[in-house]
Amino acid sequence: MESKVKVKVTDLTKCFGDLLVLDKVSFDVREGEFLCVVGPTGCGKTTFLNSLTKLYDITSGEILVNGESVDLMRHNIAYIFQENSTMPWLTVEQNVGFGLGVKRVSDPQRREMVEDVLDIVGLGKFRDYYPNQLSMSMLQRVVIARAFATRPELLLMDEPYGQLDIELRFRLEDELVKLWEKTGTTVIFITHNIEEAVYLSENILVLTNKPTTIKKRVENRLGRPRNIADPGFVALRNQVTELIKWW
Amino acid sequence: MKKDRRYLLLSLLAVSTVLAAWWLATDILKLVPSTTFPSPVKVLRTLVIKFWDPNPDGATLPQHVIASLQVSLTGYLMGVFIGVPLGICMAWFTRFDWFARPLFDMLRPIPGIAWIPLMIILFGIGVMSKAMVIFLSSFTACVVNSYSGIKQTKAVHLWVARTFGAGNLEMLFKIAIPTSLPLVLTGMRVALGSSWSALVAAELLASTQGLGFMIMQCRGLYRPDVIIAGMITIGSVGAFLTWLLSLLERRVVKGGRFS
Repeated sequence: MESKVKVKVTDLTKCFGDLLVLDKVSFDVREGEFLCVVGPTGCGKTTFLNSLTKLYDITSGEILVNGESVDLMRHNIAYIFQENSTMPWLTVEQNVGFGLGVKRVSDPQRREMVEDVLDIVGLGKFRDYYPNQLSMSMLQRVVIARAFATRPELLLMDEPYGQLDIELRFRLEDELVKLWEKTGTTVIFITHNIEEAVYLSENILVLTNKPTTIKKRVENRLGRPRNIADPGFVALRNQVTELIKWW
Repeated sequence: MKKDRRYLLLSLLAVSTVLAAWWLATDILKLVPSTTFPSPVKVLRTLVIKFWDPNPDGATLPQHVIASLQVSLTGYLMGVFIGVPLGICMAWFTRFDWFARPLFDMLRPIPGIAWIPLMIILFGIGVMSKAMVIFLSSFTACVVNSYSGIKQTKAVHLWVARTFGAGNLEMLFKIAIPTSLPLVLTGMRVALGSSWSALVAAELLASTQGLGFMIMQCRGLYRPDVIIAGMITIGSVGAFLTWLLSLLERRVVKGGRFS
């Protein structure tokens, strides 16, 4: 049975002065879907996500979450940014509980929810550490745990593993899939790494160069756990690479 | 730990070198007459005697220290309690910044000492007029540093809070103010330094007690030993207050200095 539409984007357009970045982008995201967005460098992937959350005012178009215009106060949305966004003055535990605090979740419930995600990302032992005492991969885990702790209905991720080495990336990608499967959160994941997109996604949205439109939506039916050397994986990766080529 | 001890030894070495050179120049080589520049031994003796002896300036050293602390802390705390929130509000609320900035920019270059005549006319010659001079010296450092601290807030932290649904005031209290704390405390430390050094100038305003008053009185009485004892006391009390503030900083600023 087809699940209901979680996010509906219609004719999303964003201009910076005379520069048209997003040109009437329209797509749907199903509830619980893991959607990866790929595109050429500088095509406006981050602008795309920032416009989705209205961190940038959009020029025209409509973004609906659960059939209502997107509202950060009302909708439970979490966003993982490209750069490290842990708060240096908070401990790991306080960082993970930050979103719950903003959402006025009671203390006992907050502790329980934080405990749950700390267990999954394996940071329980480091709960009292400050970000300046952690490695890059641990910081990224804190950020992911913070996002999942709020049990978001929609999780947006903007190249969160872009600065990590390949081994750490694979490990964190597996953790992410585990969290996603456990929580059923709808995820929109932006990456320039095609292999990462094929490894994580259920669907891949391929964007064009600026002014950005959607080139194709590619379905990913590969089973999990996925193997990057599997012929099906390689074939899909090649297909997406061909689509993304602009040269 | 071992390294810390080595650095402490280095610092002690610097102090002892200065003291030894001073002692050598005055007591041993007698390069300067002791009535013009007394030896460290004489200054130390005066410092100890001044603890109970009100001569030659009319009050003991503890009385002078308490009087000075009363004046400088009144002015300093006024500077902190008005300057820090003002700097925060100017940095966070654009309209308020436009409103307050011209006034602040005009007041900022006026040195504390230039306010003395006006303060006497406005507040008389009591504690308040001196405290106001010190307030104006410390206020600027508090405003400037709090303002810069808030401006250092990273957009990504604000975005995180915003996507979780935080409003403007919540972002101020949960993101911007914690970000600014290291610089706010730096401002408070700079303000403490400038308020303590404005003390002598402030106590020129018809005082009967206070370290600045003691120094000025003894200049007239030609007692350089008391002058130097007073200077040493000003330095020591200032260093002690700075140390107290660094304790507060360690309690308040968690996770290292990040701004």
